Amino acid sequence: MSKKIAATSSLALAAAVAAALTTASVTTPAEAAGKEKCYGVSLAGQNDCAAGPGTTCAGTSTVDYQGNAWTLVPAGTCATMELPAAADGSKRAGSLEPLKRDLPS
Amino acid sequence: MPLKSSQEAFAAALLNPEAPVPEGVVNPEGAPAPKRFAVYRNNVTVSLIEALATAFPVIEKSVGEEFFKAMAAEFVRAHPPSSPLLMFYGDAFPGFLEQFEPVRHLTYLSDLAKLEQLRRRAYHARDAEPLGADFLAAVPPKALGTLRVTFHPAVHILTSSHPVLSIWEWNNAGAPDGASLPQTGEDVLISRPELDVEQRRLPPGGAAFLQTLATAAPLGEAAAAGAAFEGFDLTANITGLLESRIVTDFTVDGAA
Amino acid sequence: MTTHRLSQKDAIPARAGVGLKACHYDDIIEGKPDLGWFEIHAENYMGDGGKPHHALRQIREHYPLSCHGVGLSIGSAQGLDPDHLDRLKKVVERYEPGLVSEHLAWSTHDTGFLNDLLPVPYTHETLDRVAQHIDQVQTHLGRQILLENPSTYVAFAESEMSEIAFLEGVVAKSGCGLLLDVNNVFVSATNQGYSPEDYLARFPVDHVGEIHLGGHAPDLDDEDRPLLIDAHDRAVAGQVWQLYEDLIARIGPRPTLVEWDNDVPVWPDLFAEARRAEAILGSKAGGGAKSRAA
Repeated sequence: MSKKIAATSSLALAAAVAAALTTASVTTPAEAAGKEKCYGVSLAGQNDCAAGPGTTCAGTSTVDYQGNAWTLVPAGTCATMELPAAADGSKRAGSLEPLKRDLPS
Repeated sequence: MPLKSSQEAFAAALLNPEAPVPEGVVNPEGAPAPKRFAVYRNNVTVSLIEALATAFPVIEKSVGEEFFKAMAAEFVRAHPPSSPLLMFYGDAFPGFLEQFEPVRHLTYLSDLAKLEQLRRRAYHARDAEPLGADFLAAVPPKALGTLRVTFHPAVHILTSSHPVLSIWEWNNAGAPDGASLPQTGEDVLISRPELDVEQRRLPPGGAAFLQTLATAAPLGEAAAAGAAFEGFDLTANITGLLESRIVTDFTVDGAA
Repeated sequence: MTTHRLSQKDAIPARAGVGLKACHYDDIIEGKPDLGWFEIHAENYMGDGGKPHHALRQIREHYPLSCHGVGLSIGSAQGLDPDHLDRLKKVVERYEPGLVSEHLAWSTHDTGFLNDLLPVPYTHETLDRVAQHIDQVQTHLGRQILLENPSTYVAFAESEMSEIAFLEGVVAKSGCGLLLDVNNVFVSATNQGYSPEDYLARFPVDHVGEIHLGGHAPDLDDEDRPLLIDAHDRAVAGQVWQLYEDLIARIGPRPTLVEWDNDVPVWPDLFAEARRAEAILGSKAGGGAKSRAA
């Protein structure tokens, strides 16, 4: 490892930049536009995954049954994903089976 | 009752399902109407729960729909939005996930929520034109040490001690067959060169490199900040800087 | 009152429009449907940039636009949020909408934004407060706004006047116009036990600059009587179409919006609802509606 220095030398930077300029590959805006960026997130009635919630001026007929989170156990992908040991060192329980690929066609 | 106190009572009863119906809230015949009042209580809670589910689809997928709804109900009552810009609702959610007892053992959820929140911030960020990937070719090699860059307004850097991007990807696209999650933390660059939000896994020292550049410090200093991390590869980091198209402007010292 | 000069391209025609939803951007931008105008929720375009503005700019090039606020909280006892007022002004300057409207409701309190259109008691105190807020908005924007009649589920023991008298008072004091939501009339009339026909007969229609139509959901009140929810989650109800048709026959064509905010349908279904409104406008047009049957 390099010693603690205030700044990397111009020489090292010049070499790195020269190498980077020859290897950097860039997607053009046209290519980027054609790419599906949602990675399978499908939000009902929404065509963009990162837009987030919008406003409504309507009420709702969906009823909040006020389920009690304290009696529930998380039951999504967190139950099937094997995760590395947490920062506190405890090992996560979980299935070894990876999630099945369910990409949209 | 003055309007101010009547709205105070109305608002307090909306967010507390145990609270009695505010005085004077009646049906057309003047009789107390708890079921009618419950329509408003329901509108507020359900619409905010749905907003949160739209904002954090991967958290919802991680804990399951039923659990998410119940947990979100707790959150929206404790943290109603501070502004009518619902697109940004949920800034307090990552912190809530760290504290909420039933998910405290899922220590990665908070960073996963931060990633979703930053993606939304990036989506709605101010437009700016990124420089071409060859912009560094215009800088005289000797002046590179003094180069300072301006990042696109959508740029965010998330550092995590969990493989947060892999978890996000697995939840969305599924895991590659037979793969297991990386046993390391992942740092993520969130950006939006045009209209779509992108994210990249940063190499070792990459977060420090970019965070230093983000403070308008010169490239030489950013490179040194990255080099403090084991495995830092300057060429790879500069390549990433170019490929991600996050720079919108730069200056170099004229004296250099 | 300052009047805002609008070019022919900007003014909202007496035709049908629909509430703009992100899931329909592509249908609209690529298909350019034969529709009079679109309406946005102002708050959804208060982000700084990105795709929402990119799409709206393209749509605005081809259609007049109406700007409908849902977050100003005009009925609040507390003062209007000056930051939000500035944000609204920015949206209005950016897109030059033909109409700007808000709700007779409140949604913001010290505790935050409650994301619902909450009801106000019809008292003189509220009337003064609402008129003062509208005056503030109109002065800030330099133009008239329309105020929408609400869907309500409760009444207030302390109310001192009818909703109609309240709206007339607000118009007289502030010089605002009105947005007449016919579905809200039907929902509130059912929920409050009065006749929607009588309500509409007494409504100050000369001040109506825009009409809303939307779907509602059935529920029951504390006494198991019908209680309707303004859910905007389905097609416009038959009785609401009838009220609308009678209204247009009486007052002539007015810009009419179909709102569908929850369980949003595919574009052709929403478009069909708008065409239905357009057909009613066209059949009653003395030349105002320039619709052509599809």
